Amino acid sequence: MKTRAPRPKFRRASQWFLCGFLGWSMGCSAPTDGRGWECLAPANAGGGWDLTCRSVGQVVSDLGLSPGLVRTTNLPGAGGGVAYARTVAQRGGDTNVIIAASPSTVLRLAQGQYGSLDEDDVRWIGALGAEYGILAVAADSPWNTLDDLLAAWRSDPASLVVSGGSAVAGQDHMKVLLLAHRAGIDPRLIRYVPFDGGGEAMTALLGGFVHVFSGEASEVEGQVAAGRLRVLVALSPERMEGTLASVPTAIESGVDVTWVTWRGFYVPGEIGDEAYDRWVDILRQVGASPAWDEARRTNRLQPFFMTGEEFSTFVKNQVTDFREMSREIGLIR
Amino acid sequence: MGGFAIALQPLNLGLALGGVLVGTFVGMLPGIGPINAIAILIPVTFATGIPPESALILLVGIYYGSQYGNSISTILLNVPGTASAVVTALDGYEMTKQGRGGPALAMSAISSFVGGTLSIFALVLFAPVLAEWAIRFGPAEYFALMIFAFSALSSFSGGSLVRGLVSTALGLGLATVGLDPNSAVPRYTFGQIELLDGMDFVVVTIGLFAVSEVLQLLEDTKGGQQTAAAYGRVMISAKELAGTTWTMLRSSGLGFLVGVLPGAGSTIASFLAYSTEERIAGTSGRFGQGDIRGVAAPEAANNAAANGAMIPLLTLGVPGSGTTAVLLGALLGFGVTPGPLLIQEQPDLFWGLAASMYVGNVFLLLLNLPLVGVFVKALTLPRWFLIPGVAALAFVAVYAVNGSSFDLMLMTMFGVVGYLMRKMDFPLAPVVLGLVLGPLMEKNLRRAMSLSGGEVNVLFESPIAITLWALALASLAAPTLLRMWTRDVVAEVDAAVPTGVPDEL
Repeated sequence: MKTRAPRPKFRRASQWFLCGFLGWSMGCSAPTDGRGWECLAPANAGGGWDLTCRSVGQVVSDLGLSPGLVRTTNLPGAGGGVAYARTVAQRGGDTNVIIAASPSTVLRLAQGQYGSLDEDDVRWIGALGAEYGILAVAADSPWNTLDDLLAAWRSDPASLVVSGGSAVAGQDHMKVLLLAHRAGIDPRLIRYVPFDGGGEAMTALLGGFVHVFSGEASEVEGQVAAGRLRVLVALSPERMEGTLASVPTAIESGVDVTWVTWRGFYVPGEIGDEAYDRWVDILRQVGASPAWDEARRTNRLQPFFMTGEEFSTFVKNQVTDFREMSREIGLIR
Repeated sequence: MGGFAIALQPLNLGLALGGVLVGTFVGMLPGIGPINAIAILIPVTFATGIPPESALILLVGIYYGSQYGNSISTILLNVPGTASAVVTALDGYEMTKQGRGGPALAMSAISSFVGGTLSIFALVLFAPVLAEWAIRFGPAEYFALMIFAFSALSSFSGGSLVRGLVSTALGLGLATVGLDPNSAVPRYTFGQIELLDGMDFVVVTIGLFAVSEVLQLLEDTKGGQQTAAAYGRVMISAKELAGTTWTMLRSSGLGFLVGVLPGAGSTIASFLAYSTEERIAGTSGRFGQGDIRGVAAPEAANNAAANGAMIPLLTLGVPGSGTTAVLLGALLGFGVTPGPLLIQEQPDLFWGLAASMYVGNVFLLLLNLPLVGVFVKALTLPRWFLIPGVAALAFVAVYAVNGSSFDLMLMTMFGVVGYLMRKMDFPLAPVVLGLVLGPLMEKNLRRAMSLSGGEVNVLFESPIAITLWALALASLAAPTLLRMWTRDVVAEVDAAVPTGVPDEL
């Protein structure tokens, strides 16, 4: 029996050809003999997870922490579910891959949207930056402070409609519900209309179709500068850097709630403690570097830094919180 | 004028040329769109430290350049690269089969240029006004717009309205697969994680058009080595060009207005432009059988729409498509905050970009017209090479979207479905129309209902919505009225002929 393996040279060449051809859309898929590092973005190019991968990957390579460039692979589908399932099922012990994540990942885990998989099927290594949630109203609206808005909500909850860029039970919905809940308003009475992304949801506010916009700080800066939107509350632990520094936090207004849209990573669940510690150490070095500080500002992220066990506990608590919250307001049983 | 001073700097000129070149080539390959090329280049532009306007000239060049490229595989191979090129296939591929592939490609390049250039003027002149207009489009108005788009249906039904409706229903049905847009509950996914995001447009379209085309070609060839399709002259004639002037102008205007609305986009623009032109042409048109206006209309419209989409992007920070969403990321990364103040605060950026788009469109025309001669040569390829080539292209394109082998199986299934539909004379374009419009229509109807608390009246309240409903009705009634009118004319002509004359012969 003569079975001839393809000549290595030819195989390498064909791999590079395919890589070049498909690389446009998939990131480079050439095999790396286990040497190169990969950051998996569970969404298409251009989204938050993709930017997380590309910016962090760039800094890791620039600092010389990785063997060669860190390549970004896009694996979109099911709000991160495809990437999560594939990480658990096919790459459980792969020490060369990290996967981008955010509270959206946690929210879906909490609501059981990744099937039977849960937060313990992977290991959480850390977060390097964050955005914070905000609530905004049109400049000509009668509400000037969070208190005004809450008073209106209390007197007639059904008269106010909130828009947001995520589906029902998604991030933009949850942050309003959480705020209402902590302020003593029945979350089930809050009216929320989902749009395709923060931009469209904000346009609906500008057009007068809704009363309140629930989103992220970076989404509203342009309209705030033009004096068309008023941000009533920042859901950050402390006042934000930059143009929204004058906006009071919810905590200042007497409602104990924050919404941290952190940008972080998980790794496959079975890589062992040594590899896990190596990744945590790398994130710490990135987080401490001036290069990351600059990349973070470029990507309009606020400072937020948490790694290792601390982050792991943080994520798990968040899953529990989200799950209780979703159950309490009847989003899941 | 200050804009041209920026756009004509050697660096920016070079970047514009580079951008449109890359754009043309990524646009040509179905499934491999401008979005990925832009996403990959964003960190590169950050790293090189070029000024924001230069970086945007490059990135936006890729964006509008791809609108030129997307019609090439559509016209020559019946493989639409993007949703907005599906309509171009109807007459474009028909022209190729008649040996007029060259003029079709040239027409596509010229009408792209006209649509692109005119819309830049409109962009510069009316950006702030149009942004205000776009804001007034709420869910009810979008829903009425979708209804108007569906009234275009009779244009794509190939004569039989029933068959057209069946095809549309199939498309709408496919559109319901995946996560419910409001509540994120899975629908018709049968536990397949790959189906949670619904049927990808590229998978369905490539299957329906390209794979079924391959099956059809195989059947036609019957195993023999038929020679390739002949093609006649490569260039477009002055007469053809003159006959499409008004088509291009009207479609550019229509396309631009639709493009300004975030969430409507170039697909709806091209469908609407095509059906409007067909209505206007009336009985003088041979739409669907290789009418050159059927190429001019959608191509002018989708380029104009692509540029129109820059308005909500720059002045509202609202991206209307995946590609503009990536561009928004780039803008933010360069410290440019989109908003009503952008034009005043960053005049170099806005005017420089607008001027470079004008220059870029000239580059694209100069680039694409000579390429027509090169591309039509593809038709001289023998069938034993062309058929596997199209099949390979289809598989690569679909795999490139999500890197999923499940999509390949889905595409093959749609290939068989498409082949059977052709055999039974069901039109394919309405499936795509249903698939693209279905989710938009559903989402906006549900938004309108939840805003009004279930009051149906909200759909007919605003002047914009009422106008759109009226247009939809008029466009549905137009063919019938036209037929009645022409029948009257025919009857009058008949009556004018003295009766009895034939008897005397």
